[in-house]
Amino acid sequence: MTARRGNTEGRLAWRMTGIITLCVYIFLFAPIVATVVLSFNDSMFGGFPMTGFSFRWYAKLWENEQVLAAFQTSLWIALVTATVTTAIGLVTAFALVRFEFAGKELLSTLVILPALVPETILGVGLLVAIKAVDQPRTLPLLVLGHILLALPYVVLIVQARMVGIRRIYDEAALSLGATRLQSFREITLPLLIPAVVAGALLAFTISFDNTSASLFWRPAGVETMPTQILSMLKISISPEINALGTVMILVTVGIPLVGGIVLQSLSRMKRRDQQRET
Amino acid sequence: MYNPRLAWMLVAPALLLLVFFLLLPIAVMAVYTFFTFITAGVEASTLTLANWHEFLTDGYYHGFLLKTIRVGALTAAICGVLGYFPAYFIWATTFKHKWLLLLLLIVPFWISFTIRTFSWIHILGEQGVINVTLLKLGLINAPLQMLYTEGAVIMGLLHFLLPYMILNVYVSLESIDRTLISAARSMGCTSAQAFREVTLPLSLPGLAAGLLLCFVLAAGSYVTPQLLGSGRDALFGNLIYDTIMGQLNWPMGATLSIVLFVILGFFAAIYTRYMGMSQIVKGLGG
Repeated sequence: MTARRGNTEGRLAWRMTGIITLCVYIFLFAPIVATVVLSFNDSMFGGFPMTGFSFRWYAKLWENEQVLAAFQTSLWIALVTATVTTAIGLVTAFALVRFEFAGKELLSTLVILPALVPETILGVGLLVAIKAVDQPRTLPLLVLGHILLALPYVVLIVQARMVGIRRIYDEAALSLGATRLQSFREITLPLLIPAVVAGALLAFTISFDNTSASLFWRPAGVETMPTQILSMLKISISPEINALGTVMILVTVGIPLVGGIVLQSLSRMKRRDQQRET
Repeated sequence: MYNPRLAWMLVAPALLLLVFFLLLPIAVMAVYTFFTFITAGVEASTLTLANWHEFLTDGYYHGFLLKTIRVGALTAAICGVLGYFPAYFIWATTFKHKWLLLLLLIVPFWISFTIRTFSWIHILGEQGVINVTLLKLGLINAPLQMLYTEGAVIMGLLHFLLPYMILNVYVSLESIDRTLISAARSMGCTSAQAFREVTLPLSLPGLAAGLLLCFVLAAGSYVTPQLLGSGRDALFGNLIYDTIMGQLNWPMGATLSIVLFVILGFFAAIYTRYMGMSQIVKGLGG
């Protein structure tokens, strides 16, 4: 801890680091704050200055059927994506951590690729592939695409947690006569719950937010929330978009935050129960 | 007990998905680059080198490619410089609620990328914070043109990529054994020397992973140039989108995608050659 104290030069450098850090945080949040503030602007235009406080853009948003339809579409896609990706990611991570098999290294590299290859390329690739076999763009295809995009994150998160769980627990259960499935369900899964929840939440937001790839994959006439926003932005930046943005921020920040808090209080409760038992 | 056959059954769904949605499409795309373009939306499977010839000889495409690499590299470099300070600060601070600083870095990942990007219109636009303030103060007479420029595109990319960079550097700082720094200090290093000789070199893997990630994501971006740039600031991703969705020239679109894939893959390969994949894995899994 003495590394940065003790001389004026060091103190100056430390202060500068602090100031730059503050600036970076302001840089990260200033535009978002501006959008939230402007969503309450009474003005007809989507920009500054503020002319008064009003909820009317929210009211107008509530009546916009296109937006509501897109919201519903995105919600369903994200829910299915989160569920399926978590299931697939869980078993994949389990196999990658606990088993030895030929091609394991290759597979663990392959599984992160969707996070590293730009979405434009993934988007075009899948589109060309289905065109080559004369298939139309469908909703299930879009969902499978989202699962592909979210898979690396779920696998990495679960893998990181699984490495920390000692194999002995699992083996003890097996030697006491549990089946593989039982030991997974009774031992491994409960220990993995935090990672599973975190992975599912991340998969949900990845799908709910996805823009570039969805532009390529969505069936004709289907809009997801981000593509709907993009097409609204083509006209102009209206106050309604600011209101929409604010609602989206509340949803996508709120869900993981509430999830995290619930998870934390759950584990606290469990700990208290255990203390009472002993 | 750990039967490989069971392992294969467990990874089968993921493997099928990766094969049919990632590997096969890229392979099909590679074949498509040799197809003949007839007219919008129609192509023949007669093999030809015309698309590659067009790409290799037309300066129009080279311009896009160079600009994309330049913007990607510039963005990654600025991210590296600006991102190192917060990462170091979070690592070294004795502030009790460090988790809050980390949480604030994760929050942007939850906010829709499209919303984060268009928010910049409120800062840089004619009716944005900067112009409205400067006009009111009488410092300028007409709004400054900041939006729909390359600067705005880079700003938007920085906004999107800085959290990646900060978290990557932070993860690698966190793995440094802090007694090394105390040792350097007790041997008479000034804090600047200790930083230069111990902390900085040991955090380089994270910085390198961050640079690669920022470069690849910036060079592959589509939404940011679309929303914050003018037609002149379009990047390679926009070119690909327009070729496929606008001109319906699928063989050329496939060619351009493969070009971008190969070039970004080349940078990633150089990186993994020296650094391995583990740092990227750590950074992504956060």
